[in-house]
Amino acid sequence: MPGEIALSMKGVSKSFPGVRALQNVDFSLRSGEIHALMGENGAGKSTLIKVLTGVYSGDSGEIKLGGKSVIIKSPQGAQEIGISTVYQEITLCPNLTVAENIYIGRGKKAFVNWRWMEKGAASILERFQIPVKATQQLAKCSIAVQQMVAIARAVDMDCKVLILDEPTSSLDEQEVLKLFGLMRDLKSRGVGIIFVTHFLDQVYEVCDRITVLRNGELVGEYEIKDLPRVELVSKMMGKELDEISQIASPGEKKFEGEPVYEALGLSSASGVKPFDFFIKKGEVNGFTGLLGSGRSESVRAIFGADKIIGGKVKINGKEAKISSPIQAMKQGIGYLPEDRKSDGIIDDLSVRDNIIVALQVMKGFFRPFSKSEAERFADTYIEALGIKTASKNTPIKSLSGGNQQKVILARWLLTNPQYLILDEPTRGIDVGTKLEIQKIVLKLAADGVCVTFISSEIEEMLRTCSRLIVMRDRNVAGELLGSELTQDHIMRTIAGEVK
Amino acid sequence: MPKTLRRPSVSLSHLIVPLLALLVIVIFNVIHDPSFFSVSLVVNNSGNTVLSGNLVSILNGASELAILAMGMTIVTAASGGQDISVGAGAAIAGSVFVKVIKSGNSSLGLILFAFLACCLAIMLFGAFNGALVAIFKIQPMIATLILFTAGRSIAYWVNGGATPTVSGDLLGYLGGFFPGMPVPTPVFIVIATGALFALALKFTNLRLYVQAVGINSTSSRLNGINTTWIKLLSFIILAACVAIAGVIRVCRLGLINHETILLDIEMDAILAVAIGGNALSGGKFSLAGSVIGAYVIQALTTTLYALKVPSNAVKSYKAIVIIALVAVGSPVIKKLLVKARDSFLLKRKAAGGAS
Amino acid sequence: MTKNKSKQPLSDTIFLLRITVCTFFGMYILAMLIWGGGFLNPQQFLDMFNNNAALIIISCALSIVMVAGGIDISVGGIITLSSMSCVVLLDDGSSSVFMALLLSLGIGAAFGLVQGLLISYLEIQPFIITLAGMFFAKGMTTIVSATPRTAANPEFLALKGLRIKLPFLGSYGKAGNFIPSTIELGVVIALAVVAIVFLVLRWSRFGRNLYAIGGNSQSALMLGINVKRSRFFSYLLCGVLAGVAGFVYLLHTGSGDAANAAGAEMEAIAASIIGGTLLTGGVGNVIGTLFGALSLKTITSIVIASGLREPYWQKITTGAMLCLFILLQSIVLARRGKGQLALPQWLKIGAGKKE
Repeated sequence: MPGEIALSMKGVSKSFPGVRALQNVDFSLRSGEIHALMGENGAGKSTLIKVLTGVYSGDSGEIKLGGKSVIIKSPQGAQEIGISTVYQEITLCPNLTVAENIYIGRGKKAFVNWRWMEKGAASILERFQIPVKATQQLAKCSIAVQQMVAIARAVDMDCKVLILDEPTSSLDEQEVLKLFGLMRDLKSRGVGIIFVTHFLDQVYEVCDRITVLRNGELVGEYEIKDLPRVELVSKMMGKELDEISQIASPGEKKFEGEPVYEALGLSSASGVKPFDFFIKKGEVNGFTGLLGSGRSESVRAIFGADKIIGGKVKINGKEAKISSPIQAMKQGIGYLPEDRKSDGIIDDLSVRDNIIVALQVMKGFFRPFSKSEAERFADTYIEALGIKTASKNTPIKSLSGGNQQKVILARWLLTNPQYLILDEPTRGIDVGTKLEIQKIVLKLAADGVCVTFISSEIEEMLRTCSRLIVMRDRNVAGELLGSELTQDHIMRTIAGEVK
Repeated sequence: MPKTLRRPSVSLSHLIVPLLALLVIVIFNVIHDPSFFSVSLVVNNSGNTVLSGNLVSILNGASELAILAMGMTIVTAASGGQDISVGAGAAIAGSVFVKVIKSGNSSLGLILFAFLACCLAIMLFGAFNGALVAIFKIQPMIATLILFTAGRSIAYWVNGGATPTVSGDLLGYLGGFFPGMPVPTPVFIVIATGALFALALKFTNLRLYVQAVGINSTSSRLNGINTTWIKLLSFIILAACVAIAGVIRVCRLGLINHETILLDIEMDAILAVAIGGNALSGGKFSLAGSVIGAYVIQALTTTLYALKVPSNAVKSYKAIVIIALVAVGSPVIKKLLVKARDSFLLKRKAAGGAS
Repeated sequence: MTKNKSKQPLSDTIFLLRITVCTFFGMYILAMLIWGGGFLNPQQFLDMFNNNAALIIISCALSIVMVAGGIDISVGGIITLSSMSCVVLLDDGSSSVFMALLLSLGIGAAFGLVQGLLISYLEIQPFIITLAGMFFAKGMTTIVSATPRTAANPEFLALKGLRIKLPFLGSYGKAGNFIPSTIELGVVIALAVVAIVFLVLRWSRFGRNLYAIGGNSQSALMLGINVKRSRFFSYLLCGVLAGVAGFVYLLHTGSGDAANAAGAEMEAIAASIIGGTLLTGGVGNVIGTLFGALSLKTITSIVIASGLREPYWQKITTGAMLCLFILLQSIVLARRGKGQLALPQWLKIGAGKKE
């Protein structure tokens, strides 16, 4: 039952120094609908949302809310007229209590009524079944709880328009389901919801309509039933897509010989229980499990990124000591971290420096590469991986997410590793780059490099990995290979139904 | 990809602010009193023919500041904070230097030994500061507040509370002029220090490591950089600069007064770094900018003295100029300027397209 | 997911506050047990307030700014300038004490206004702006009066001499007569400031916004807080309070001097840190700050009581105490899960976090 137009944006443009992020984009949202906003990275979704929430001011264009033209100057202004937002990164204050985070920045009263606030917060937390006390400091909660608090805050604000900008990336399946229930409830109460996500499944599960953006321009607005998945993807990428079929499942393969890397009873201070692990030449395997199951912590332990508290490691059959990243690198291990922004890129440095840094560190402090050598390395990989950048001297922070990820990949490829760990290399990047990265992984394996691949999209893992290690509660719950590698079987192993 | 209008200009843009500041001061002086720049040869007390004039005194007087600014730049870049204990550190360095010199006749060997001794002493303190910052993850300003508070008292204790004088030809030469050389020695020491830095940046990865650590410490660690060591190193490098600056000042004055030697120099050094276009939050750095910043500060001071501003009031004027400087260089003003330029370019483009 | 914890973890603010309060009382009680004498005399305890009322006020002022992640090092300078200006105004003859108070508030407000505008709306680093502010204030002081001056206004002297007797506290003189303990007017003002700042930070929307900004200014913006305006008002309030402190300082000393309140800003920062305020912002409590200032002064009295009368011992112990607290905070916060210390392998004691 689509209602009337709750929000409309007409001819919105926005440019940044050197970049036109939005060009003449129209968007409309009815009350009581869930509207997916789709597009590759750099398509302009985030910019559109930030214009709508007053973080940026648009260069031109008109925004109408409930038929009335509005000018949104600040996030505060957006809140006041009934637009509330949940961002991908948690935008709460870690030093305040959960209750304060729900209520701060709302209302006009000069003084704070703590008791009223804590009571209100407690009832909200109960309604959303968030297992945390209202008086607890936010920093002491898990990321998923923090995200749920952010959602609870946004929903509680009695809004006409709710914007969810990739809210699900840190939630586990249960919590996503909870969120969807909530979204449907709000929808039935006439709230218009804008939902941004990279997960196609989620779009088709809850959304009514889809707006697709590409390169800062509007591609079109579609009813969900008129737009099959494949077409959506091709609309987002701007080309017909049969590339997915090019990547065949690796199927059953036998790997002979000594493991390149082998760990016995490895455990780290980040809480991962002792586990055994090996990988052989040319093999691609993966860690899977819910968020917080210890899959990232396991690979961090392999790379020596966290403090190792036990276990033995063998490289090519010989015992080795890996307790810091540099030791792992010297053994030919590379690691692309899960959190690109905080652990991967060095944002003010140029693309060139970001590419050479790992190899440079391995070479040593007193032996810098000459400028021409460094340039050559950078040029080679910018071309080989098709990194889109103005020049190799551009700071990496001005690249799009997918291209930043390619730079980090280039950094590790340059070190010519015998074992490469990729933790969520495809998270938050566009479909095209996702496929490219998967292809690179398979090509590396064919060249004899072993790769550990982690992704929250099981389909992606199935396409690339020939063996999966399933994690649950920071323990290895099982190891699947061959015919066991089906979505259904993996799910049941993660859930603990299969031993 | 969104269309690109133009490439952001990055080359040397960070030096624009300090150079502009220097230019403004120069122009002001040219208009106000052209004789400000006159340089003459005079015979000084010890019978040397030396250069004299405001330019020389700017070059000479900024020596300690320029050296400290270089070290401060490295610390700022690596740790994202500033060391406010350099003045107190210089007092310790100077006291140790004088203490060693006092123990014998001031021969070249002894001076070198004294310098090494004070270098070592102050490097220990630098390592202490560095350890607090790198190992205990304390903000640099807070960590160095400790030595800032206690440093001059430690210096007092080194020489038992006295303010001993030192004399000797060689010391005089170091703080003043070598016979037959019309340019003051401290200027050469600055050049030598700068050259050492240039060599270090050329033949090691100091720049890459320091910038990487300053921008993203976690990421640097995952790329194998020993971030703790780099931060520690930056403080030790600064400590060496402090030792040099302290010794220059002692040689200049021929005595050590632990209460007043290089008082408030930390503030000037931080200002020099900021004027030099370096972000005080760390990351990319420009040593040249900081050195220019140091000379800007000294030029300003000298100009104010030339204007017969009483020495105590100089601070006020300096403050106003500094505020004006950083206001012009502030991100908001810069953004406005870029915006104005962009709209101008767009307009011109549109006009060009229409014609 | 969080497990059902029987005990909810303490917030960082409360935890650090507890440490400070315990340390102060522990130290003072220990001093009473060991040295007795003066420490048992309530007047000596109250003198700690009498002598440091201005310090307490600026420490509180600084805490406001530090909670929002800023810093203001002009507070000491504002004391110097406003106390000197007041003396000059009072000696003018025709002016009343009330006028002097207004002047002092006005000077503070002017500094807060300009600094706040520059820092929050032009986004310039607070360290640089307030450093320039300090230079400006100290320079202006010498322009207002180059020589130290003492206030002779009778009305003011009456106020200065005012002692508020505490009838229930006191000591017995040699003749066995009861001498009631007294506090100065400044102490009343200082305690009122502590109370007001406490209320503002704890109960007002403005105060909570400051905590949010200090915790994560980007998030605070997204949560709908007017970050710039809140930040601006924090500096304005800090400036005004520094003006109050200037007047209180004058009430205690009765004279204006360019050397007044030298280094007060660093003492205030130290008091805030010992009181559990983090320079990164978002964590802190003004009650802690009060106890921080008292702890700082207690350690000085203890040093004197233990026979180390040279002033340099006081500075060294202050530095040591600061060092201890900074280390303590760092270790405590790291153990409470805010990130590990980068201690070398051989120094890691009790590996693993508690949680």
